[in-house]
Amino acid sequence: MKPNDVILRSVTKVAVVIIFTFSVYLFLNGHHHPGGGFIGGLSTAVAIVLLFLAFDIEIVLENFQIDFKKLAATGVLIAIGTGFMGMLSGDQFLTQYIHDKSLPIFGKTELATALIFDTGVALAVIGTAVSIILSISEGDSLWKR
Amino acid sequence: MNMIKNFGVICGFRHLMKLLEGCGLNSLHILILIPFVFAIAIPFLHKLFHPKIHLGWFVLLIPLVIFLHLFRFIPLVAKGEHMEASFAWLPSMEMNLDLYVDGLGLLFGLLISGIGVLVIIYSIFYLSKLQEELHKFYVYLMMFMGAMLGLVFSDNIFILYGFWELTSVSSFLLIAFWYERKSSRDGALKALLITVFGGLCMFVGMIMLTLITDTYSIREMILHAELVQGHKLLVPVIICILLGAFTKSAQFPFSIWLPGAMEAPTPVSAYLHSATMVKAGIYLVARFTPVFGGGSVWFWLVSGIGIITLLYGSMTAVRQTDLKALLAYSTISQLGLIMSLLGIGSLAFYFGPSEYGGIYSMAIFAAIFHLFNHSMFKGSLFMVVGIIDHETGTRDIRRLGGLMQLMPVSFTVAFIGSFSMAGLPPFNGFLSKEMFFKAANDVRMAEIFHLDTLGVLFPILAWMASIFTFVYSMILVFKTFSGKYRQEKLHRDLHVEPFGMLIPPVILAFFVVAIFFFPNVFSKYLLKPAFVSILPPQFTIDEMDIKISAWHGWNNELLMTIGVVIIGSFLFITFKRWIPLFKRYPSWLTLNNLFEKTLKKVESYSLTLTNRYMTGSIRHYFIYIFSFFVFALVGSLLLLHGFQFDVSKDSTISIYDVGLVLGVMIAALTVLFTSNRITAIVALSIVGYLVTMFFVIFRAPDLALTQMVVETVTTVLFLLCFYSLPKLQKDTSRIKFKFTNLIVSIATGVTITILSLSSNSHKLFEPISYFFENAYELAGAKNIVNAILVDFRGFDTMLEISVLCIAGLGVYTLARFRMKGRDENEAK
Repeated sequence: MKPNDVILRSVTKVAVVIIFTFSVYLFLNGHHHPGGGFIGGLSTAVAIVLLFLAFDIEIVLENFQIDFKKLAATGVLIAIGTGFMGMLSGDQFLTQYIHDKSLPIFGKTELATALIFDTGVALAVIGTAVSIILSISEGDSLWKR
Repeated sequence: MNMIKNFGVICGFRHLMKLLEGCGLNSLHILILIPFVFAIAIPFLHKLFHPKIHLGWFVLLIPLVIFLHLFRFIPLVAKGEHMEASFAWLPSMEMNLDLYVDGLGLLFGLLISGIGVLVIIYSIFYLSKLQEELHKFYVYLMMFMGAMLGLVFSDNIFILYGFWELTSVSSFLLIAFWYERKSSRDGALKALLITVFGGLCMFVGMIMLTLITDTYSIREMILHAELVQGHKLLVPVIICILLGAFTKSAQFPFSIWLPGAMEAPTPVSAYLHSATMVKAGIYLVARFTPVFGGGSVWFWLVSGIGIITLLYGSMTAVRQTDLKALLAYSTISQLGLIMSLLGIGSLAFYFGPSEYGGIYSMAIFAAIFHLFNHSMFKGSLFMVVGIIDHETGTRDIRRLGGLMQLMPVSFTVAFIGSFSMAGLPPFNGFLSKEMFFKAANDVRMAEIFHLDTLGVLFPILAWMASIFTFVYSMILVFKTFSGKYRQEKLHRDLHVEPFGMLIPPVILAFFVVAIFFFPNVFSKYLLKPAFVSILPPQFTIDEMDIKISAWHGWNNELLMTIGVVIIGSFLFITFKRWIPLFKRYPSWLTLNNLFEKTLKKVESYSLTLTNRYMTGSIRHYFIYIFSFFVFALVGSLLLLHGFQFDVSKDSTISIYDVGLVLGVMIAALTVLFTSNRITAIVALSIVGYLVTMFFVIFRAPDLALTQMVVETVTTVLFLLCFYSLPKLQKDTSRIKFKFTNLIVSIATGVTITILSLSSNSHKLFEPISYFFENAYELAGAKNIVNAILVDFRGFDTMLEISVLCIAGLGVYTLARFRMKGRDENEAK
């Protein structure tokens, strides 16, 4: 079954950019405002799903050559890895740190190790959500054969 | 060149040690960790060097380093000192890596690493680098080595338990190394079931023991021995702990797993199933003798089971035709011997440091001495049998014979090992066997625990078992090496003895002889410190003057040995006449058969039971889940007097709330009563989005955002699944069933309502709002939801995403395998 929906495709092309941008915003914003790794990851996943719906899965995957299972595993590894950072400086597992630094373009910026942890969360969420949808839909198309 | 490379590795190793010591880890911890860390490196080494260099050469370095490191401790430990190290792992639960090396631990450590070196050299020649999956083999072997070292060095009883189970697991993996054979899988499973059963019993015993003594440290338990002796839980504790030791050390009637374990490659049999792992039970009994020793229950269980195992093992070994099975039963029998010696030695704790105490403590010394000797001669015998198997293609003594001229070195080693096992001079087995006879004779002198009457049994049983030991030792040597060589009975041509495979057994055989001639050197540096670390603190090392000598004059023990040789030789010559009598023993009455029957029965019963409730209907499963939920929650609310309704603090209900609740209800009812699947999915999404609105009203933007995105994803998922589902069907089940459904669903709803109302007005624990109020100072985050997620409860989040990832992989595999199965069905 190939969806042939011009309106959906045209809207998707614009909407996906907005959703991606918004999810990055959500992701980075999480420390002080609503957002965070989980929501950021999920909304990215939703954008990818929208792409799947509007275009064919194969076409999207050709341009997005990512193994989402590996992405999920990488996310979990990053999250666990940040846990050890605290241990290296003698603190408990998963201790998070925060530093205020002035960077060239951004000015005074808050750098938190929580962001790395959150990256792991986001990657794990994206990877899992998309790979679940992919495996189910893939199975679906094969069952239909 | 190789030397330089090795030197470089050792220098790097030194450097690494310094670095790790900086992290608070002691060199003892590193010693235990090395095998595990190296196990991680093995797959990479395999990738790099696979067909070029045998992996064993790299692995060899590890036990060698450990052995040399431990070797340096000998002078210190011989002086009666000990090493200890502690690493705070989970200090809040008192789970710390407390390591402790005393004489007993050091003796075991040296055996583990020393025989480990020899076994790995042997395996390099035994396992072909082209055909076998060596990277797996050595990973399991390293895992075992680390676990075993951890076991004998742990002071914390639960750390010891962890390592104990890890040895069972690695033994399982090694037995099933040739997993394509059914017998290997069966043997591995049997070993795992029995040893883990014992391990769990031991765990229960250990928990009781920690409750009695209020400490996790074995050394402190020894100091509180009177507390344990007088406690009403003494007998259950002893039984539980001994179950662990007996299953691991293959004591009667748990011995059946050891012959099955012989399906493992021979290096594994030589290492785990004769020299080290099966001695873990002995180690445990020796370790806990100061805690339990002196009581009648401990004495009778340990020495009684030990002596029964000794006799059972030796009598069964005689009937075997497979060389490895013969060695397995002989191992069982020898382990029983050591166990019974430890039992007799526990009498020393009854008498204290008196004359009798001194006599019985010699039984403990004999146990250690025999354990040491057994590792030497049994290891060498296993390796020789492996060589025979490797070169002739069979281990069946009915087909073997006349190998003396063809394999002269193997013959010599087998001769030395067997004669030592039979307890003949001039080999080390003679010395410890004499001490065993002496201990068995001395038992009668203690006029306690009914020993004045029942004590006679000890020398008689010991003597009978020794006769059979003599017979099977002779069978092992003479049936394989003397007689006529029959090429036609072998399936292939004989190979020559490989030089590399001979090195380790020859080294062991050398020790078998050397210990006989210089027993006091070994005694002073290895055995005596081990002996002293078992004894009660009143016995000090200087008072113990132990001289082992081969000649004590014409005493009872020597006469017993002469009797064994005469009667044993007679039985061996007339072997063919009386062995049919043994074969008459009905095969259905064997322990093995009993075990397998029971296992089959249990499996079929559990299948019937499971089939009764696993109907495959989701409705049924929901009924189970919700009924349990209602019972558990309402039950605990009733028990804890949790029903409290205090609505005074609740906020007022606004018109929006009422509207939303009504909307949710209507949508939910639509899901229930619609017959169109699309309508159901849409209605379900409406429920979800209305809940999102609740979050908005209650000012929880994070939750609202998440819920909305999750709703979107689930709707997409539903639509995807929708294609492959059948048309919605009207429920066709009986009215009665529907009535049950109704009751369960109403009860669930009521429970949830009661729970949410009560929880608001009932506080069991301190509020944790401190964290929320100070989120910015504590975590530097203004958004407390995320402060909780990534900081305060970071551990939860980490585990949650792990679970999520695993669930995703689960869905992936399910979808994949379902398709595969379908394809196969279609092909049919």
